[in-house]
Amino acid sequence: MAIIEQLTQDFLRTKKLPHIWCPGCGNGIVTAALVRAIERAEYDQRDVVIVSGIGCSSRAAGYLNFNTLHTTHGRALAFATGLKMARPELKLFVIMGDGDCSAIGGNHFIHAARRNIDLTAIVVNNHIYGMTGGQHSPLTPEGKKATTAPGGTVEREFDLINLARGAGASFGAKGTAAQPRQLEQLITRGSQHKGFSLIEALSPCPIAYGRRNKLGGPVDMLRDMKEKSISVERASKLGEEELAGKTITGVIFDLEAPEYSEEYYRSISKEK
Amino acid sequence: MPETKPVLMQGNVACAEGAINAGVRFYAGYPITPSTEVAERMAARLPDLGGVFIQMEDEIASMAAVIGASIGGMRTLTATSGPGFSLKQENLGYAIMAEIPCVVVNVQRMGPSTGAPTAPAQGDVMQTRWGTHGDHPIIAFSPASVYEAYYLTVAAVNLSQKIRQPIVMLLDEVIGHMREKVLIPETGRLMVEKSSDKVPADWKPYDDKGVTPLVPFGFGHYYHVTGLFHDQYGFPTTDPPQVARSLDRIHEKLDKYRDEIVLTNYIGHKEPRVAIVTYGCTVRSARAVVKKAYWQNRKEVGLLSLQTIWPFPEQEIKALAKQADVILVPEMNMGQIVGEIERHVRGEAEVVPVNRYDGEMITPDEISEAVGRWLS
Repeated sequence: MAIIEQLTQDFLRTKKLPHIWCPGCGNGIVTAALVRAIERAEYDQRDVVIVSGIGCSSRAAGYLNFNTLHTTHGRALAFATGLKMARPELKLFVIMGDGDCSAIGGNHFIHAARRNIDLTAIVVNNHIYGMTGGQHSPLTPEGKKATTAPGGTVEREFDLINLARGAGASFGAKGTAAQPRQLEQLITRGSQHKGFSLIEALSPCPIAYGRRNKLGGPVDMLRDMKEKSISVERASKLGEEELAGKTITGVIFDLEAPEYSEEYYRSISKEK
Repeated sequence: MPETKPVLMQGNVACAEGAINAGVRFYAGYPITPSTEVAERMAARLPDLGGVFIQMEDEIASMAAVIGASIGGMRTLTATSGPGFSLKQENLGYAIMAEIPCVVVNVQRMGPSTGAPTAPAQGDVMQTRWGTHGDHPIIAFSPASVYEAYYLTVAAVNLSQKIRQPIVMLLDEVIGHMREKVLIPETGRLMVEKSSDKVPADWKPYDDKGVTPLVPFGFGHYYHVTGLFHDQYGFPTTDPPQVARSLDRIHEKLDKYRDEIVLTNYIGHKEPRVAIVTYGCTVRSARAVVKKAYWQNRKEVGLLSLQTIWPFPEQEIKALAKQADVILVPEMNMGQIVGEIERHVRGEAEVVPVNRYDGEMITPDEISEAVGRWLS
């Protein structure tokens, strides 16, 4: 508890609280994990920048006591790319929602991954557009209901981690709001990795997603998340059938690849 | 300036070189005709200067990257043409709202839509004014020569920094692609003060008292930047008085610095009966008409060319309307700035549009004919 109190002082804008999120929302858990991860990695507060897009989870930027940049819908990674190239020494964390990142921001997502630009992208995946009241996103599981898919969506969902890997990202991890300690460790590892690091954080939205899909209250959703998750290590020993319906959590891939800002600045110093 | 030397240069290249001389070291863009030469020049020049050139995945990302780099403390530029300018609008509005300096070059092609990529037109005048949503102020410069393209870009970069407002360089294809003589001072001569982290302890990013310099991220001033209505520290607010104040603030700075923002140039008869008002490449045809009128018995014809289109030079137009009987407005569109002129002339003079929208320039003869009709 002592650690959390200290964090509240340093890294949270306590005057901006209470936050706008609904009771039972997982955004607070993910935000707290991010704050603890920054603390754990011992970054200088001056060097940390939080960039976010538009949506519920992106409002986290306003509550964090760093240089914070709340951008336009889907474009957080493009803003971050410009900032990182201008100031490569800064430590960027980019918070996005599932719709923000994978639908309207899909192009920026794959290109930031392709460049393998050094930043930590945290995608808070609650499977729904929460702020606008519950429309389906590219990460809404097939068959699940939304205001814009009253009979259940017939669209297939993205596998975000594999999308990032295919596009060229060098680090991908998945965690859940039900396991905040693991999530914190994943964010720390991602931030220490040089290159584009994706942390997909599953998070409950009991109001706009859970209720319509009869998933119970916040506690039920968190419990379900926890029960379905299985670590990468354990999953590696199981067959495909046994893994059906499971969420594999942990570091999914961790590769070495040239990082864009470093490569760029190296190339221009050679040209001189 | 003794070190000034004449160079033959293309208009698009002049934008790039002017920007570099004014300290721009970051360019993000996406290829599009007829503005691509701006990107190509930046790609060739910036690496040697230790700057950043990045070709982004699309026009939207280019605008976003430029804003991100500006927040990091760099002077930034992007360039595009009609379709790309349409895509940039949302983030242009963000830069206006969040008061992030940057310069956006739009080399106009014929539209709407894909239109005629290599044909000149002046059809984006109203898009520049109202392209992004909401009640926003905008500054747009319109050069009539390569020389002006160079120096107005310099002015745009410096002014943009000073008042923390994005500025649009509204070129047309003629100015962008033609080659002319420019007198170029040595690099670095034209840059005003650099951004700095040395600010008073009570620095606020959106101070109620007026524009404060932007302190880049990474220097221990933990402020918030957002496109939402915000308070003095950048934090979102929905409090009606603060919302109204926030909107007043971004408009008032344009009034306060009007003398530096609104640039026009008058040539011709001191008491014109017929006055021509125009901008961009059309100024060149109009200038020929005024010169000819002078040599032909000093006819009472004058030309007000608008280097600044937005904010609209209404005082200058009102003063002109008091003298002239007729104001001719040649434009390479179906009539855009002419409406604005009518609005401010309020019937004090006859306002007559001269339009052409077939992908060709308005010739001096076409303007002459219109002038002659009103002089006789």
